[in-house]
Amino acid sequence: MTASLPVMAVHQVVVDVMLKPEILDPAGQAVLNALPSLGLPAAQGLRIGKHVELALVAEDADTALEQATKMAEVLLVNPVIEDFTVRLLP
Amino acid sequence: MTARIGVVTFPGSLDDRDAQRAVRLAGGEPVALWHRDADLQGVDAVILPGGFSYGDYLRAGAIARFAPAMTSVVEQAGRGLPVLGICNGFQVLCESGLLPGALTRNAHLHFVNRDQRLRIESADSAWTSGYTAGQEVVVPVKNGEGCYVAATAVLDELEGEGRVIARYLGSNPNGSARDIAGIRNAAGNVVGIMPHPEHAVENLIGTAGSDGLGFFTSVLRSLVTT
Repeated sequence: MTASLPVMAVHQVVVDVMLKPEILDPAGQAVLNALPSLGLPAAQGLRIGKHVELALVAEDADTALEQATKMAEVLLVNPVIEDFTVRLLP
Repeated sequence: MTARIGVVTFPGSLDDRDAQRAVRLAGGEPVALWHRDADLQGVDAVILPGGFSYGDYLRAGAIARFAPAMTSVVEQAGRGLPVLGICNGFQVLCESGLLPGALTRNAHLHFVNRDQRLRIESADSAWTSGYTAGQEVVVPVKNGEGCYVAATAVLDELEGEGRVIARYLGSNPNGSARDIAGIRNAAGNVVGIMPHPEHAVENLIGTAGSDGLGFFTSVLRSLVTT
């Protein structure tokens, strides 16, 4: 018996970054206020965030999620003002 | 001997030449530093200038913080090297963790560009020692992401320890918490300020006079006396 080598594959991972609820989102506010002036239904709330799509080469999905989380913590997100979620794309 | 003050140029820096000029007018020797060079050439202090390093991509200052020059700045700031971050430089200091809090988009979304009255709140830093606490100055402000935010506990700590070094007077140009225009670290060698003292260093230009020159003469004096 030989141990099977890990099979590397490309995993599509999404990191969604949002301003923390207590941080003012002036851009979201401006868009929110623009809705009714365009004849669109008024919204109760509107917040704008960042959607980051990563193509990661890893042996399994968990490893890819781990890598994405690390990237978020070090660079993609400023924890002082932002929260994030990480998920796999099907 | 004249003190040598480095000014780091990042891709997208705008005010590096003005900062160098301010150092010269204050009586120091400006040294141009390049972001990709970890060697700070033995300078006595460092200025991170205003502008839009890396196009403000991701977040203002987020990518500049990883420049080799910044690794050296962070390391030497920990040993007492005076560092002044102006505007984008302030953003870089917050992103790199040398100063607490963050700078976010102006509350009203407009880019603000005008002369701004400030009150120097603390003369207890390497860059404000030449002012007196409570002194009012006028320097230009120009930013799109100058809204200072931090957790309430952090704001209380900054206030309690006298680490707010300048506050906006009149109307707050960007929605900054508690009208904060600039702060310092606990040791007092690292200062971040959103308005631009380097644009107010000689009476010939602009309406703001030379009120900003004190930031540069302050550090030169502290370098001579220490």
